[in-house]
Amino acid sequence: MGRYVVRRLLQVIPVAIGVTFIIFCLVFALPGDPIQALAGDKRADPNIAAILRDHYHLNEPLYQQYWHYISGVFTGDLGETYNGRAISDIVSERFPVTLKLGLTAFAIEGVIGILAGIMSALKRGKFLDNVVLVATLVLISVPVFVLGAVLQLEFGVSLKITPVAGIEKGWPQSYILPAVVLASTSMAYIARLVRTSMAESIRADYVRTAVAKGLPRRRVIGVHALRNSMIPVVTFLGFDLGALMGGAIITERVFNMPGIGGQLAQSVYLRERPVVVGLVTLLVLIYLVANLLVDLLYAVLDPRIRYE
Amino acid sequence: MSEKTLERPTTDEDALAKEIEAEEKAAARQASLLRDGWADLRKRPMFIVTALVILCLLALAIAPSLFTARSPFSGGFCQLQDSMNGPSSGHLFGFDVQGCDIYTRTVYGTRNSIVVGVVTTIATTLIGGLVGMLAGLIGGWTDALLSRITEVFAGLPLIVGGLLIMSIWGGGDVWSVSLIMAILGWPQVFRIMRGEVIANKYNDYVTAARALGADSWRIAFRHILPNTLAPVIVITTMNLGVYIGAEAALSYLGIGIQYPNISWGVMISDAQDRFLTSPHALLFPAGALSLTVLAFIMLGDVVRDAFDPKMR
Repeated sequence: MGRYVVRRLLQVIPVAIGVTFIIFCLVFALPGDPIQALAGDKRADPNIAAILRDHYHLNEPLYQQYWHYISGVFTGDLGETYNGRAISDIVSERFPVTLKLGLTAFAIEGVIGILAGIMSALKRGKFLDNVVLVATLVLISVPVFVLGAVLQLEFGVSLKITPVAGIEKGWPQSYILPAVVLASTSMAYIARLVRTSMAESIRADYVRTAVAKGLPRRRVIGVHALRNSMIPVVTFLGFDLGALMGGAIITERVFNMPGIGGQLAQSVYLRERPVVVGLVTLLVLIYLVANLLVDLLYAVLDPRIRYE
Repeated sequence: MSEKTLERPTTDEDALAKEIEAEEKAAARQASLLRDGWADLRKRPMFIVTALVILCLLALAIAPSLFTARSPFSGGFCQLQDSMNGPSSGHLFGFDVQGCDIYTRTVYGTRNSIVVGVVTTIATTLIGGLVGMLAGLIGGWTDALLSRITEVFAGLPLIVGGLLIMSIWGGGDVWSVSLIMAILGWPQVFRIMRGEVIANKYNDYVTAARALGADSWRIAFRHILPNTLAPVIVITTMNLGVYIGAEAALSYLGIGIQYPNISWGVMISDAQDRFLTSPHALLFPAGALSLTVLAFIMLGDVVRDAFDPKMR
């Protein structure tokens, strides 16, 4: 197990370097001169422009710029904007919003998705099962931004239960509705995954054995059947933790929340290269770490999996 | 065995040969997973319903002018005095903020959505399938290298990656959007293809084919490929709807399909500012989008049930 963890950790490093390099190259290719952009319509003062270009390493070849950047990342320095503001500063201001939104959504999709899936699998072919199937189908096919707008109108404007947009009310009031919207699609996928794998486990021999031993039904379902059904679900959840951060771009726009997603979209339009690179790197690293955790969790969930 | 030998003299030789031929044909038909799946698929009522809906959508996409008397590209199509007017006779879906007829624009928007979905799906299948097959067949260092490269691409979430690439390439038409989604989407097909190839590689039938002297190409394309296709077909059909939705999401963010091309995502995005006062401008294109995604997702569901019973 220890050796597996080390090997898996070592595998993440080239991938992280590869992804950050691609991002860096892509952003470097953004059209426009960032230093000229600082001066607006006027022509930038050549002396100041030269100093600034030097400061931001803009005159050096791409691989050197990348080196400056990646060595900064490993020391916790995400660089600074062309206005001199530290990007870690922007992250610490914006990230809590996205993190709260993402984790709330994660909790919602995990709890409701798994519960709906279990109920659906236990009542296979019955009314409840069909309700879950139709509901998941609707959630998967209605686009997130449409669902967001409709819920906003219904709960925010008509019923006045939740704030329409923004985060003034704080957690949880302002976050519940956006989190439900953000979680909706994944919640549907999780419910279906759990339903499928639960239905398979329930028919398995070891479950019959557990029932024959006289174990209470709750223990048979909750421990014996559920544990083996969780493997595909954990894969999905880990993959989704990273994807949620990306999905937050849309949800944050619908609900006008000042998170990472909104900042990222804005910085792309404003051509703030360092901000874009810094934020996307952060999102990608979260995604990679989540996937790594999933791989390690496998061992706990499924003792059959052996690592040499 | 003995019965057959006994029967033989009484049977006409030609008839026997025909019988054997028919049996062989039946055996060949049974052997093909794909044909099995297709036979199963045709019997499902859900498949017939979704197929009909998709045929209607295809008709809308191919010949939008058959379904509406107006054309969104003709002069005087939009009249500002009609801005945000609700549905009325002759204008079933009402007007958008520019005073354009929403019904006509929705009808004409079908093509872009479906083309993006189909093109992206084909591209991801080809790239992911080929690279995945290579990695699985060759194994060793090639496999390790290709897998790491795939992980790099898979490390970019669709929306984040799309936001980055589109802002650089500009783009704005169907082809650039499809290309970007294909670049970000192929790792998924790669993983499935690679896994399937590795699972099949050491099967007895491959050893048998090799023992009979089949070369690597023949083994790869005639023996392994047909046995790996079912899961790939399932995942690609399921992805059709997902990609159609993703295009709308990118267009909604202003980085997908752009004016003068019509996209449901852009129509929804434009309508959102005035959603509280006139929801019709958002609800009609959103309904069309949801219906299309729903039809393709349901198609994916029935295809999965027919082709891959394990995944049910």
